[in-house]
Amino acid sequence: MAVAPLTETVLRMHGIQKSFLGVQVLHGIDLELRAGEVHALMGENGAGKSTLMKVLAGVYQADAGTIELAGREVAFAHPLQAQQAGVSTVFQEFNLLPERTVAENVFLGREPRRRGMVDADRMNADTAALLDDLGLSSIAPRRRVSTLSVAGQQIVEIVKALSYDARIISMDEPTAALAEEEVELLYGLVRMLRERGVAILYVSHRLKEIFDLSDRVTVLKDGALVDTVPTEDITPDELVRKMVGRPITSFFPDKLPETSLGDTRLRISGGGNEQLDGIDLEVRAGEIVTLAGLQGSGRTEIAHALFGVARFTRGTVEVDGKRVSPRSARQAVRAGLALVTEDRKAEGLALNQSVAANARLVLDAVLPRQSGRRAKQIPGILSSLELVSRGGDQEVRFLSGGNQQKVVLAKWLATDPAVIVLDEPTRGIDVGAKQKVYTLMRELSARGVAILMISSELQEVIGMADRIVVLRDGRIAGELPAGTDEEAVMQVATGQVTS
Amino acid sequence: MTTVDRKPRLRSLGSTEMVYLALLGVLVIGAVLVAVDGGNLFGTANLVDMLTRSSLLGFVALGQTFVILCGSLDLSVGYVMALCSLIGATTMAGDPAKVPLGIVVVLVVAAGIGLLNGLIVSVLKVNPFIATLGMGLIIKGYLDTTYKGPAGEVPASFQQFGYSRIAFLPVSTAVMLIAVVLGILYLRRSRTGYHMFAVGGSQDVARLSGIRTGRVLVTAHVLCAVAAGVAGLLIAARFGTGSALVYSSGYDLDSIAAVVLGGTLLMGGRGGIAGTLAGVLILAVLDTVFNILQVDPFFKDVLRGVVIIAAVAIYARRQIDRRASRPRFGPGGNGGPPKDPVPDEPVPAGQGADR
Repeated sequence: MAVAPLTETVLRMHGIQKSFLGVQVLHGIDLELRAGEVHALMGENGAGKSTLMKVLAGVYQADAGTIELAGREVAFAHPLQAQQAGVSTVFQEFNLLPERTVAENVFLGREPRRRGMVDADRMNADTAALLDDLGLSSIAPRRRVSTLSVAGQQIVEIVKALSYDARIISMDEPTAALAEEEVELLYGLVRMLRERGVAILYVSHRLKEIFDLSDRVTVLKDGALVDTVPTEDITPDELVRKMVGRPITSFFPDKLPETSLGDTRLRISGGGNEQLDGIDLEVRAGEIVTLAGLQGSGRTEIAHALFGVARFTRGTVEVDGKRVSPRSARQAVRAGLALVTEDRKAEGLALNQSVAANARLVLDAVLPRQSGRRAKQIPGILSSLELVSRGGDQEVRFLSGGNQQKVVLAKWLATDPAVIVLDEPTRGIDVGAKQKVYTLMRELSARGVAILMISSELQEVIGMADRIVVLRDGRIAGELPAGTDEEAVMQVATGQVTS
Repeated sequence: MTTVDRKPRLRSLGSTEMVYLALLGVLVIGAVLVAVDGGNLFGTANLVDMLTRSSLLGFVALGQTFVILCGSLDLSVGYVMALCSLIGATTMAGDPAKVPLGIVVVLVVAAGIGLLNGLIVSVLKVNPFIATLGMGLIIKGYLDTTYKGPAGEVPASFQQFGYSRIAFLPVSTAVMLIAVVLGILYLRRSRTGYHMFAVGGSQDVARLSGIRTGRVLVTAHVLCAVAAGVAGLLIAARFGTGSALVYSSGYDLDSIAAVVLGGTLLMGGRGGIAGTLAGVLILAVLDTVFNILQVDPFFKDVLRGVVIIAAVAIYARRQIDRRASRPRFGPGGNGGPPKDPVPDEPVPAGQGADR
């Protein structure tokens, strides 16, 4: 890789620590950026990449550690300060106003003025000059941002960063939402910025991008720094090993002895829609199938398709041999499906209602005639989950994350589902509650429920699975047997190998 | 660079253009209906009626536009109007020399109320619906206890503001139109105007860009209350006296209806005063036509309601379309997975990926 000599260190982060609510997320991270380098930041989900980026961007303030910009120590209390100091960040969720024009977004908050009035002509001309400079004159400064493609919007973000004279630009998974031909455009832009001496911190999951673009790569794991190495000195295999390298603990409960594989309870054949294609998936009674894949690979989309949120437009779905095509969550529940959603606060619970009301929610709404009878099981289910609460009247928002999740589970178990889909069931809950969720999965499995679990945590994907289905870019990239190691899963998920 | 440039969609007609088309449509249909009835919608008397109707609501809706653009709301405008008509009339007390004083007092009081509204919304973080409803109730209570009927007297010279006209254009409408032009310039040329769109679009984005969102909100509320104050003065000029009963005429909700009809998003961030003016005119034309045709007043309200809901339903559809998700795979049939995940054919307009 022919690169301008890496010389000047523009950023030095040292010993960065950060905790949230007593949980330490960053354990003393060191990071150096040099002018004119693309520095990749890698790690599994939850490794601390985003938090580190946000500390750099001034969104979060580090609990300990120092940040030096060109040798001078700085402390950003507000993202604007970082931006004015030449550190810009392109987040995954854009900080743009979709209803305003490109130029209005680029100069938001510091519109040029002439005789007391906003000088729109100058604003447009300056924006055009910035775009021209990047060879992107096809974007008109007067264009409304909402009419641009995702790539176009990303470019606007980058142009905004450059308009602040950014010396450091960090990008959080910039290609996550881009189509293939748009990725090339972004690559070109990143390389151009590098040649101009901008230091780029590039967060991505995709190995190919790291090796295509980056000069050095820093790997984080569980909030700690693993290593920083020149990209040319490392192979993809070694990189994956650095990301996941840890022993699998015997944290996961064993399969119950009475568990036996039964008939196929869920069958998706050739399922596809705008986000998914060619999904063939079977889950049998007593089987736990886990869905692995990177963010945006289509895992949650499968759950959504089953629940009629964005349903399959191609292919068929069968539950217990009966063809179903749910157009709504209601129909899905009637067909015997249950979905524990990814975002329990927004989609799983009515936070300001009681434990009892939440636990009965699905029953009352979807199966009103059976709700009286079935609701009788709810206290039993809750106590078997060891719910800690001040009784059924307590509002759910006062419970811990783990206990909230137990209420969500109880709500679904009360419907006696044939197939239960768990989307990130252990996200943000403590170790004890995790164990409970795992045990519950084993018990359900022994009772003949078909379980499909979606998770970003490789450990649990592997630890709980009878089979692991790996997704990539909306398709099934491979299927791996139980007991596979994390590297193998990661390699399929990142497109390193196709199995 | 086809990936960056997407074809403009068929329905890319701006909201403002759409509202003016709708206004034209309403005018044409109204004129035909009136002609069938044997009248002329564009006769002087009818024109004056339409324009007079639009001036009062025009002031209120103009102010309301600023507030709604910021993602806020002002339900106290009706009470502010009533209060200001009384303050104006009692301060002037029939003395032509006190007209300027009356105007100044009214504007100061109105601005003060707007300031309070703005501070309650931006500093105390009270939902604007509740904040301004509460403010309205406070003013109502004051009015009901203090004024038992019409009070004050407006000198003949100031009554000119309510009655005189140049050809078919009432002076009050002319003043309203000037205010509208100034308002449009303010939104399109001043930094604060720009920032109103930003605050309404996303408070977070605005704050992260260094905009002092509280100040912007307060400014909008002050402008809104002052506009309502001017409307109060106009009422005093028309009646020759101040009247508390104006608050029950529904100007608060009518002004919001006019703003929304004019294409401004109720959540803020998009829209403008030009659209609001069209919204006001549409409502005025409807009222005039209904009056000429002697439509039952209750049925009149039914029709107005239908028009407003229909308009907003159309806007809502456009918004949903715009938010459609980004497709990774085309809607094509079954069959093996295509090699290229990007569909070859251009994405149909209805599923545009412009988020």
